[in-house]
Amino acid sequence: MTCWETVQAYGLRSIGIGENLLPRSDYTLCQQFTLIGSGMLWNIYFGVLALLFGFVLANVLALAKNAHSPFARKPAEWFVFVFRGSPLFIQFFLAYELLVMLPRTGIPVFGFTIETAWTTRAWAGALLVLFLNTAAYSAEIFHGALKSIPKGDLEAADAYGLTGFQKFRRIEWPTMLRLGWPGYTNEAIFLFHATTLVFFSGFPTLGQRGDALYYANYFADKTFNPFIPYPIVGFYFICLTLIVTTVYGAVNRKLNRHLPSNQRLKIRLRPNLIR
Amino acid sequence: MFAACADPKAIEGLTWAMCYLTSGKHQDFYWSFVTVLTLLAITAPAALAMGFAGATAARSHIAPVSWLGKIYIWIVRGIPDIVFFLFFVIALDQAIEYAKSAFVCPATDPSPWQGLEFRVCQAAKVPLSTASPFIHSAYGFVLAVVTFAIVFGAFAANVIYGAMQAVPRAQLETAEAYGLSRSQVFRRILVPQMWVYALPGLGNLWMILIKATPLLFLLGVKDIVYYARELGGSKTQVYEYPHGDWRLYYFLGLLVFYLVFTKVSEIGLNRLTRQFSRGQATSGGEALRKGAA
Repeated sequence: MTCWETVQAYGLRSIGIGENLLPRSDYTLCQQFTLIGSGMLWNIYFGVLALLFGFVLANVLALAKNAHSPFARKPAEWFVFVFRGSPLFIQFFLAYELLVMLPRTGIPVFGFTIETAWTTRAWAGALLVLFLNTAAYSAEIFHGALKSIPKGDLEAADAYGLTGFQKFRRIEWPTMLRLGWPGYTNEAIFLFHATTLVFFSGFPTLGQRGDALYYANYFADKTFNPFIPYPIVGFYFICLTLIVTTVYGAVNRKLNRHLPSNQRLKIRLRPNLIR
Repeated sequence: MFAACADPKAIEGLTWAMCYLTSGKHQDFYWSFVTVLTLLAITAPAALAMGFAGATAARSHIAPVSWLGKIYIWIVRGIPDIVFFLFFVIALDQAIEYAKSAFVCPATDPSPWQGLEFRVCQAAKVPLSTASPFIHSAYGFVLAVVTFAIVFGAFAANVIYGAMQAVPRAQLETAEAYGLSRSQVFRRILVPQMWVYALPGLGNLWMILIKATPLLFLLGVKDIVYYARELGGSKTQVYEYPHGDWRLYYFLGLLVFYLVFTKVSEIGLNRLTRQFSRGQATSGGEALRKGAA
C-alpha cells in the first residue's frame, strides 16, 4: 500500500468515511500520520464550535456578572465558579451521566417526541460541556476586561451624550474586547488542547472514530512505542496553535487599529494547561 | 465493619446507608482521596524545584544550558499536556526497563526495539510480574508523580523565569555596584524579591494542579475517579449492596470536593499574597502600607 493509498483509505476515517478496519500489523509512519491527522478533524470541530457559541454566552455572562441586580449577578457568578473551580475531566463524566439519565424513548412535547439518544454521543454531549466550560473561562476574562476599561473613556462617552445601549455598543464592548483579547487568545489555544480529553472521559468512541489523541493512544498501545505517535500529535497541535495565533492576531490588530503602534496590546502565550 | 452489617440484605434505612458507606470498597475510596492529596503534596514542591532549576538554566550565561532551559519551557506551550501525561508514563517505563535489561537480560537477546515494537526479557520487567499488587500500584504512583513533576515543572519554570525578569533592573545593578558577585546577587537580591512577582502565576498553577489530579485515572492509578466509577455502577443482587446506577451522585460528590478545595485554596492564596506584598514596591504593597497608616 503506497502512502497516497493510505491517505485515501484513512484520511477521513475519524468521521466514518473510508476503510473500516484500522491497521492491525506492520504499522507504517504514513498510517500513523494519516490516522492521527484524521483524528484532528474532531479536535478542530469541537474547538471551533465551542469557541463560536462560547463567545456569545461569555459576553452575556460577563455583562451579567457586572450587573448591579443580584438576580443577574449571582447566577452568573455561580456558573463561572462551578465551571472554573472543577476539573473539566469531572465535568465530562458528570455531564455524560446526566445525559444518560434522560428518558431513552424521548421527551413528549405537545404530541411530538424529542429524541434524546443523540445527546449522549460525543459530538453533542462533549460539545455542550466544552461550550459551557469555555464560556465560563472567557466570561471571567471579559469581566476582568470590563472592569479595567479606562474611566476617561466612559466619561468621554457621557460627555458626548451616549447612553444605554449606544454607549455599550460603541465604547464599552469594543474596549472590553480589545483589553480582553490577549487573554482570550490563550483561552482559545488551551480550549483546543482540552478537546483531547473528550474521548478519554465518559464519552464512548463509536466504531473507533476518535480524535487525534485517541489514535495516537491506539498506536502507542499496539506498538509499545510512544516515541512516534505522541510526537506526531505534538506536531499537529503546534501547527494548530500557530493557526489559532495567526487568526486571533489578525482580530487583535483590527481591534487595536486606532492606537499608535507602541500602545497596542501584544498577545503573549501563557500556559493554562488543564482545566 | 459493624456487627449490624453482617447481613446487608436484611437491614434497611439508615443502618443500611451506614453499612453501605463503610463497606470495604468505600474505605478504599476514602483512602484514594489520601492518594490524591499525597500526589499534590509531593508534586507541588517537586514541580517547584524543577521549575526553579529550569528557570535558572534558562537565565544561564552558558549558551547550551540556557537553550536547554528554554526548550524545556517552550515545548509544553504548544502541545496539550495530556499528551505528555500519556507519553511520559510509557517513555519512563521503557527507559527504566531498557536500562535494567542491559544488566539482567542474556547478552544474546536482540535489542528491545524491534521495528516499531518494544520487548524486553521477563527478568527485566519493572516491576517483576511476580511482585505483589502493592508494588505494582506503588510503581504506577511513582511514575505518575514524576510525570506530573516534569510537566508542571515546565509551567512553574515559565512563571519563575518571568518573575525573575520582572525584578527591577535597578535592584540588581545596585547590588552589583556594592560589589556583590553574580551568585550573591542571585541569592540575596533576585530570589527573595522574585516571589512576589511569581506568586500570582504559581497560585494559578496550584489551582491547575488541583484540577489536573483526576488525570491520575488516565495514568492507571486507582484514584477517586476510578472508585467513583466502580462504586457508582449499578450492582445486581449478586452484590452485597445492590443498587441502581449511582455514578451521577458519586461524580457530584467529586465535583463538590473539587469546588471546596479550589475555593479554600483561593482564600489561602489571597492571604499569602498579602503576606508577600508587605514592604514590596508594588501596588499591592503600597495599598497595604496606606491601609496601615
